[in-house]
Amino acid sequence: MTKIQFLLALNERLAGLPRNEVEERLNFYTEMIEDRMEEGVSEEEAVAAVGNIEDIAAQITDDIPLFKIAKEKIKPDRQLETWEIVLLVAGFPIWFPLAVALVSVVFSLYVVLWSGIVSLWAVFGAVAGCAVGGIAGGIILACVGNIVPGLGLLGGGCVCAGVAIFLMLGCKAATKGVVLLTKLISLGLKKAFTKKEVTQ
Amino acid sequence: MDVQLKRGLLDVCVLSAIKDGESYGYKIIKDMSPNIEMSESTLYTILKRLETAQMLTVRTAEHGGRLRKYYRITGAGLQRIADFKEDWKEIQAIYEFVTKGEGNNDENPVSSGTE
Repeated sequence: MTKIQFLLALNERLAGLPRNEVEERLNFYTEMIEDRMEEGVSEEEAVAAVGNIEDIAAQITDDIPLFKIAKEKIKPDRQLETWEIVLLVAGFPIWFPLAVALVSVVFSLYVVLWSGIVSLWAVFGAVAGCAVGGIAGGIILACVGNIVPGLGLLGGGCVCAGVAIFLMLGCKAATKGVVLLTKLISLGLKKAFTKKEVTQ
Repeated sequence: MDVQLKRGLLDVCVLSAIKDGESYGYKIIKDMSPNIEMSESTLYTILKRLETAQMLTVRTAEHGGRLRKYYRITGAGLQRIADFKEDWKEIQAIYEFVTKGEGNNDENPVSSGTE
């Protein structure tokens, strides 16, 4: 791949990202390739040394905050016409509540997701509490003479302790999953913003 | 390694690569390469972060008929390196304390622990 091919391909993959950020990065990679070539490395080798183009594009997309990408996307390419401004102002009572509702729905879904995690940890807390209470209560009961109920309580406490350990593993995995899901959603949104222009 | 810790260490590495004088992207990568392998994307992110934190300044100059960016360390950058050296003494003391007991039981606990 030549330097120009590399830069064009990278530029295409970064379509939809803020232009100034993209240009700065393209300049950076141009400089890197040219510096290698200046040392006597062939153009193809210099391009290859910079790294895999898909990985580079993914890292750049990941580096740029979502709000910057969204801002770039909604920024009009041209000056708005007078009638468009009038329509925007006149339609404010309609589009603004809709926009607020959309953001609220997305936010609510996110809150629901985390509420699930909080609930799971609450269940774990309750079962762990039963385990501690059961074991302690069982020992006390057995010590004061009520051996059979004491042993029963102790057994119940031990079962709860076992269940609590499994629950803790589950809760940890679920929390990690939600964190990962958040990252994936963020990356997915960024890609959704950038993909449209690539496929054009 | 912890992501935050690694990020901090790489920042200091890049600052150290320019502490003796102005340098440019490819030279920074080359100067670090015997010890640290760093991709261009990672270097770009670090340079941007250090520039925002005013630990280095950037100027663009012509070189061989094209433009090249040069990075120069600032007082804040030099201070960051000095702080790192101080922090490292503390980390080393903690490490020695943590591995103190292991040294008596095992011949090579340190080498396996640093992998």
